[in-house]
Amino acid sequence: MPVEAATSLARKDLVGIAPLTPEEIQLVLDTAEELLEVARRPIKKVPALRGRAVINLFMEPSTRTRFSFEVAEKRLSADTLNFSASTSSVTKGETLVDTARNLMAMAPDFIVIRHPNSGAPHRLAEIVPASIINAGDGINEHPTQALLDGFTMRRHFGYLEGLTVVIAGDIRHSRVARSNAFLLTRMGADVRFAAPASLLPLDVEKLGVSTHVRLEPALEGADVVMMLRIQRERSKESSFPSQREYFDFFALTQERLALARPGALVMHPGPMNRGVEIDSAVADGPQSVILEQVTNGVAVRMAILYLLAGGHGEPASHS
Amino acid sequence: MKAHDGAVGRRVQVLDQASLARTISRMAAEIVERDGDELMLVGIHTRGVPLSIRLATEISQATGRSVQVGRLDISLYRDDVGPWRPAHRQPVLKETVLPSSIENATVYLVDDVLFTGRTIRAALDTLNDWGRPRGVRLAVLIDRGHRELPIAPDVVGKVVPTSRDEDVQVRLEEVDGEDSVWIGREADDAR
Repeated sequence: MPVEAATSLARKDLVGIAPLTPEEIQLVLDTAEELLEVARRPIKKVPALRGRAVINLFMEPSTRTRFSFEVAEKRLSADTLNFSASTSSVTKGETLVDTARNLMAMAPDFIVIRHPNSGAPHRLAEIVPASIINAGDGINEHPTQALLDGFTMRRHFGYLEGLTVVIAGDIRHSRVARSNAFLLTRMGADVRFAAPASLLPLDVEKLGVSTHVRLEPALEGADVVMMLRIQRERSKESSFPSQREYFDFFALTQERLALARPGALVMHPGPMNRGVEIDSAVADGPQSVILEQVTNGVAVRMAILYLLAGGHGEPASHS
Repeated sequence: MKAHDGAVGRRVQVLDQASLARTISRMAAEIVERDGDELMLVGIHTRGVPLSIRLATEISQATGRSVQVGRLDISLYRDDVGPWRPAHRQPVLKETVLPSSIENATVYLVDDVLFTGRTIRAALDTLNDWGRPRGVRLAVLIDRGHRELPIAPDVVGKVVPTSRDEDVQVRLEEVDGEDSVWIGREADDAR
C-alpha cells in the first residue's frame, strides 16, 4: 500500500532521516515532483522564499551538495550567503556555537550545514531559532542525499515499497548509506549492504538491512545498485590491501551488473573514483542515473526549503 | 435534484446539475464570441481544472476546433504564506502543466469562485514566468464579490451576492461526485 503523504512537515529542522515518518517522506517526494517543473520553465525561479535568508555553512569540502543547495535556494528566490571552512574564522579557532551565534546576528531563516562532526547540526538546531538543514554531518546522516536517491528510484519504478536496493562500498564511513538505510527501510524497501567486513559499520543490525561481504550474491535480483566512494579521508589506516585489489573484488563492472535484475538502476552519490568502485563503462552506461541524481537533488532540496518555510498551523486558503 | 432546491439547514442551493450545465454552456459561447483563435484555457487548481476541461469540450464541439487546456498551481506565488504569516502551513503543491508556448495564445484563466482576487493575482504572476501571452482573460463560475485587488472577470457564470463570512461551495462531479453550487454560513462539508 502506498503511504498517504502528510499535509505538512511540522518541524523546524531537517537534521536526519531517522526522525521522519513515512508520511513526511512521501510529502517531500511529492513536493519535489512538482518542483522539478521549475527547471523546465523559461524563467527558472519562483517567489516562494522571497525575502528569506539562507546561510550555507560548509565546514567540509563539497562541490555538488553546496551547488545543489545554492541552485535550490536561488530558484525559490531566497537570499544566500556562503561560508566555507577555508575562508571563515573557524580556521582561527572559533567554536561552532560561537560561529552560529554570530551568524544569527545576520538573522538567517535557514542554516544549511555540513560539518565533519556527527551531531553538529543537532547541536546547532538546539541553540539557534533558524531552521537547520543537515547537508552531511560526519559519518551520521546526509538526509537530502537519501531523499534525492529515494526520489530518483521512485521516479523510475513509481514506488519504493518492495524494491531491492544494494548499497556497496565504504559503508562504515558513509552517512549516505545510513540515511538511505533509514529512508528505504522505512518506505518498505529491502536494503542490502555489500562491503569488505572492514568497511561495514559496527551497528549494522540496528539498521534493519542485510549484509554481504561479497558483491556478487548481493546483486542477485537487485533493482538498484548504489556504489559508494572509498573515503580515504575518514579511515585512519587502510581497510583493504590496494585499490587494484578493491576493484577486482568490489567494483561494479558490466559482468557484475548483469547479475542484478535487467534494467537495474546504477546510482552513485559522487564524487566517483572511476576504476576503483565503479567501472567507467557502467558509470556512463544506459543503466546509470548518476546525472539524474544531480538534477533531482535540486528539486528535493527545494522541497525541503519550501516545506520547512511553512508553519504548523492552519493551512492557508483564499479564493 | 428537486429535493436539493431551497434551504437545507443554513445552506442554500444556488445551482443544481441542470442549471450548472446550462451556465457552463453559456460561458463557453461567450468565450467563443470574444476570442475564437489561439485559445488556451488554463484551470486553476482544484476546481478550475475540471471546469476548464468542460469549457474546452463545449467550445471544441461548437467550433469544431480543438482547444488547448492547461492547469495551474498558484501555491508558490501566494501572498498569504510567507514571513508575515509565519504560522501558516505551506500549501501542498499540485501540478502546473501548460500545453505549449503561451506566447501567441489568448489565455483564459478559469476558476470556480472569484472572491478577493488574490488567487488571480498569483495566477497572473505564475503565467508571467511562463511567457508573454497575447492576452489574459478571466472566466469564473461564481463571482461572489468582496474584491481586495483591482481584478474583474471577463466571463461570469453567475453573480452571487454574499456576505463576507458566508461560504460558497462549488461541487463538481470530477472532484466531489456531484454537480451543484451552495451558499452557506459555514463549511458543512469538508472542502
